Amino acid sequence: MSTFTAVENISRRDVLKLFGAVGGGLALGASGLTWSPMALAQDKEARLNLFIAIGEDDKVYLTCHRSEMGQGIRTGILQVLAEELEADWDKIVPIQGLADKRYASQNTDGSRSIRENYDRMRQMGAMARAMLEQAAAARWKVPVSEVHTAHHKVLHVKSGRSAKFGELALAASEQVVPAVESLTFKDVKDFKQIGASRQIVDMDAMLTGRAIYGYDIKLDGMFYASIMRPPVLGSDVATLDDTAARNVAGVLDVYRLPAAKGAPAFQALGGVAVIATNTWSALEGRKALKVTWTASDNSQHDSSLYLQELVERVQQSGNVVRQYGDEIKNWPEANTLKAVYTVPYLIHSSIEPPVATAHVTDKGCEIWASTQTPQSTQQNVAAALGMEEEAIKVNVTLLGGGFGRKSKPDFSVEAALLSKQFKRPVKVSWSREDEIQNGYYHAISAQSYQALFDANNKPSALLARTGFPSISSTFAEGVEYPSGGELDLGFVDVPFALPNLRYEAVKAQAHSRIGWMRSVCNIQHGFSVGSFVDEMAHRSQVSCPQMWRNLLGEARRETFTDQQFKYGNYGEELNRHPVDVSRYLGVIDAVEKAQAKAPKAGKNQGWGFAVHRSFVSYVAVAMLVEVSEDKQLKVLNAIAAIDAGTIVNPDRVKAQTEGAIVFGLSLALMGEITYKEGKVQQSNFHDYPLLRMPQAPDIEIIIIESDAPPAGVGEPGVPPVAPSLTNAIFAATGQRIRDLPVNKLLRV
Amino acid sequence: MAEVLSTKAVVKEANTAASTQTLSTQTLIINGKSFTLDADPKMPILWALRDILGLTGTKYGCGAGLCGACTVHLDGQPVRACLTSLGQAQGKQLTTIEGLDNQKLKDAWAEYNVPQCGYCQAGQLMSAAALVAQHPKPSEAQINSAMSGNICRCGTYPRIKAALQNYAKQED
Repeated sequence: MSTFTAVENISRRDVLKLFGAVGGGLALGASGLTWSPMALAQDKEARLNLFIAIGEDDKVYLTCHRSEMGQGIRTGILQVLAEELEADWDKIVPIQGLADKRYASQNTDGSRSIRENYDRMRQMGAMARAMLEQAAAARWKVPVSEVHTAHHKVLHVKSGRSAKFGELALAASEQVVPAVESLTFKDVKDFKQIGASRQIVDMDAMLTGRAIYGYDIKLDGMFYASIMRPPVLGSDVATLDDTAARNVAGVLDVYRLPAAKGAPAFQALGGVAVIATNTWSALEGRKALKVTWTASDNSQHDSSLYLQELVERVQQSGNVVRQYGDEIKNWPEANTLKAVYTVPYLIHSSIEPPVATAHVTDKGCEIWASTQTPQSTQQNVAAALGMEEEAIKVNVTLLGGGFGRKSKPDFSVEAALLSKQFKRPVKVSWSREDEIQNGYYHAISAQSYQALFDANNKPSALLARTGFPSISSTFAEGVEYPSGGELDLGFVDVPFALPNLRYEAVKAQAHSRIGWMRSVCNIQHGFSVGSFVDEMAHRSQVSCPQMWRNLLGEARRETFTDQQFKYGNYGEELNRHPVDVSRYLGVIDAVEKAQAKAPKAGKNQGWGFAVHRSFVSYVAVAMLVEVSEDKQLKVLNAIAAIDAGTIVNPDRVKAQTEGAIVFGLSLALMGEITYKEGKVQQSNFHDYPLLRMPQAPDIEIIIIESDAPPAGVGEPGVPPVAPSLTNAIFAATGQRIRDLPVNKLLRV
Repeated sequence: MAEVLSTKAVVKEANTAASTQTLSTQTLIINGKSFTLDADPKMPILWALRDILGLTGTKYGCGAGLCGACTVHLDGQPVRACLTSLGQAQGKQLTTIEGLDNQKLKDAWAEYNVPQCGYCQAGQLMSAAALVAQHPKPSEAQINSAMSGNICRCGTYPRIKAALQNYAKQED
């Protein structure tokens, strides 16, 4: 009955046909909470969880189990698989993985798709290659040591025989699965895929309108829903008059969803759903609703008053989260530099708002969603419907941007609840207004920094405090302080080589759903530390890059072992992904060198600089701005150097870093969500503007060559953008901007 | 060849007493093909294209003419499908991304690997196609002006600009 085919595409039908009909092919899977490809490689039930399948037609079906939202992962994962397999790129068919625990985590956030899957995918490719070689050796009755694989074929040089992958696939699937320890891997110098700038696999579909996103799903008999959600977190419908809404042609029904209870987590927020035969009727019906809302604990939330409180708190003592050296009690004013920085609430605003389609039957539920997190979609939908997780099938469409919003599956829960109620497939499409007013917000924040300078005007101590409502408050009631994991994001982990460091966190209660957005707390921490180092540089009369070199000290790997502090390091071992000062210095040097070749700052112009490590990658940014006499800002040039270790697809790393600069400029120049009486004041792109082409600078991206393990790419470019911008404005005008966004003071 | 599509069947399910919408027969010429559909002439063509005709290449982004994701051509001019009603499009030539025939422009997009998530790119291409139809060798100022209505949250602006500048170089 489904009219939907494009996303499902080959992943079930054709691969099932491949295996179901001929009963063969090469099936490798991955299993369990920890990565264990061996266990599932022989599991005949793992057919839908394949990474590699080979057809008799010689095509190679490669599965990407992560969500594509613009970072190019559907291409990158396939490059790594194809590399070790020795598969020809033009014979590759991409398959999108369904939600399945056996893939290990599919949560596509935290800039970790490549860093967590690079080794695994190489193993999967090498394993498949070994099985093809075993099959060929057995067929030719020669020792397996005499055959090798190249260009989509297995060859036996001595006898001149060769066989295409397609000819060997069936026999290869019946081979003993080799142990991971027995696998051989290609030498880096022989790489053809890893390190090559491959065009994204979805290019043609995207240029012809055939690419299918969550918003494009249409099932037979599907109802369209638009939901008016509580405008204040914790409020519920008080009165509802839906008479006029029900009279709108195309409106089928109006239905009250139960309000979320307790910590919001990924629950449906509740509100009033208008069910219609098309999106427009649902939207028109919604306009005709007359709803009043109950008050909640958050009804008095005023973000401007709240920010004032945060600013006061970060200038008083907080909870000590890291102390190195003895506490300094006496900060003589003449030798102390102090500053306070603020960043407002922000929202993701991917151009495709959240959207999900659900079809609930007696047996289970099928979801089609623009989701970064198919597995927690599965879990949360199962919980909401009272079904087993295994009964929930989650299809991942292409995402029209994600930026962290779509790793919260509340919108799929809404669709599932409505489909259950109406016994039909139901699509819940969020409007732009919904996206801006009912989101999971990047936290409003304040930071204070103070530095002590010695007699030679050299910094000797640093005290930093941060305050912001925690993401943990979204998942548990009563949370009043940031979590350690949030403080690890660019706050406590900067490897300053100063004899005295002290970091504190202050109290901050939440009044809205707080969530993660591209680079998360690195946004405010990168801005504040990046600004303060520039202020220190100004005081010491050295360049900003030089002040960073002074503060970071000698090239070394910071282990934090001599301190009472456990660093999360983005889930990575410090010996594999150290906090490496030499890599900070590498990106600083690279940007300085490029800047020397770029235009010099002219009249009313200035260059600014910042560097930041996040998601175990290092990014330095230099920016050139001009501020006219009438306070019109123009961002002219941006140069970024990124050290993300081993690179799979250099073009996509460049693209992500270009995009990070644009994203960072949007938030620094214009990004601001405000609350009055508990409600978000902004509603669409007229009052929550995003960067447009005429505002975008010329951008140059430098990728540092490295054989270090792959590190994050999607997010690390964002944090240094805002401080490099405001430092540039300072250089151009002498005006220090400590409160974002910039458009409070300058025209942008 | 005309295709007749109707919202009547589904609208009947609504079983609502009165209707503030008036269904009438609308004729649209989309990508050179004539379509007749029974719908409210006030309905934005965005939703008719997407929900009734199944042409989902034209995207929703804001519903208010602010982001350009739904850009289509009406008699060759770029318009926002979210703000253009079926009534306004009656009898006019409507071109969507599915019918965009400027292959050279698409090739330029592919050469510069413009798309990231790709969602806004249909609108970007439609705005760009209208620009180069009018100015085959657009200046940077013309590019900035013509493309300023199209938001890309992924930040593909430098590549869109490069693709258009290269397109201009190749236009003889």
